[in-house]
Amino acid sequence: MSAKGLADKVRDTQVWKSIFRHGPPNNSRNRAAVVAGNVFLHLHPIKLKKSGVQLGYTWCMGGLTFFIFLALTVTGVLLMFYYRPTAEYAFNDIIALREHVPLGIMREIHRWGAHAMVITVWLHMYRVFMTGSYKPPREFNWGVGVILLVLTMLLSFTGYLLPWDQLAIWAITVGSNMAKATPFAGHGGPGAALAQIGDFVMVSDKNDVRFQLLAGRFVGEPALLRFYILHCVFIPLVVGVLIAVHFWRVRKDGGISAPL
Amino acid sequence: MAKQQLNRREFFSFLTVGWVAFTAATAGLLSLAFRFSYPNVNFEPEMEFLAGGPSEFEAGVDERYKNGFGVWMVKQDGKLFALSNICTHLGCIPSWMPAEKKFKCPCHGSGYYMSGINFEGPAPRPLERYKVSLTPEGKIRVDKTKVYRYEKGEWNNPNSFISV
Repeated sequence: MSAKGLADKVRDTQVWKSIFRHGPPNNSRNRAAVVAGNVFLHLHPIKLKKSGVQLGYTWCMGGLTFFIFLALTVTGVLLMFYYRPTAEYAFNDIIALREHVPLGIMREIHRWGAHAMVITVWLHMYRVFMTGSYKPPREFNWGVGVILLVLTMLLSFTGYLLPWDQLAIWAITVGSNMAKATPFAGHGGPGAALAQIGDFVMVSDKNDVRFQLLAGRFVGEPALLRFYILHCVFIPLVVGVLIAVHFWRVRKDGGISAPL
Repeated sequence: MAKQQLNRREFFSFLTVGWVAFTAATAGLLSLAFRFSYPNVNFEPEMEFLAGGPSEFEAGVDERYKNGFGVWMVKQDGKLFALSNICTHLGCIPSWMPAEKKFKCPCHGSGYYMSGINFEGPAPRPLERYKVSLTPEGKIRVDKTKVYRYEKGEWNNPNSFISV
């Protein structure tokens, strides 16, 4: 049987036809149906401008960022099989990932990937800015992108605590002290002193936003657990939803911008 | 059985009640989630503790209460005071260097004299002192909820030191 004959036979099975509702992508209509009929691909435009796939114009930085995000998700889930977020185990589990676990390089991939993602996000933003791609009708997607940038940095920040070494603890101590200066909601911030009735201090280190972040007055075990959940579950979920919105809006706002 | 039918006015009043209820339920759940993030109990050291009697301290810096409570007991120039061990720059913990007679922060290099006054590095102001008092038994009670700042002229406050 010829290869073509075999391919036609496979395409004719009920299994194949139940998965792919369209015919072979050998004409424009079917090629469009490939994209429109797939839940993942349909976020993407059906047709691209030629400039949209030119590396010199896009640098592929958004695509690379997404690729690294997927790689970080996979390696991160694998790391969760060995890492326990408690003061007793956290640091030793990080050492064990290097010493006792085959392919402990998984953690290095996760760490270097995290650095790379921050770089590609910034370069993507730089490209979008320099090509003026933030202008109408794409201004909403720029806003979504800015939120994704902040969430990327929060992922870096929360992941930084998890090795639970001196560098991690003091870096997070210094970083989370910024929350102290939040207007009205942080006990060292502007406006916090106004919320004081006589000797009764309404915004103190026991109930401000920094306490909420750390579940305590300083970086301790509750902060480790809280950062772990934020890093592994909460922020990735939000980022995943916003990535879907971001890609879909690229399509809805007229595809990747073109050079003038 | 008669066919029940909503007229336009009734439909919109149901719709309004429905949306108000939905909004209230969502707001209620969000406020519960907010409150949920503040535990009622945490297992951090007490903000108030008893140190020994004033006679137990020799002149200079005593580090007995540093690891447990984050306080240096310092006896200097006839005063005994409780010095906070939180760097005023970004909140790391300086180390007492006995040879150089200074507190030195490992994070960014801020230095403080034994009195707590900053003299080098990025620290913007001196270390804070805590309220100290004597119990009837002659022990020192340190109260970390009340701080005294040098730059506000509060180190002259009689609650900020014990005369020895």
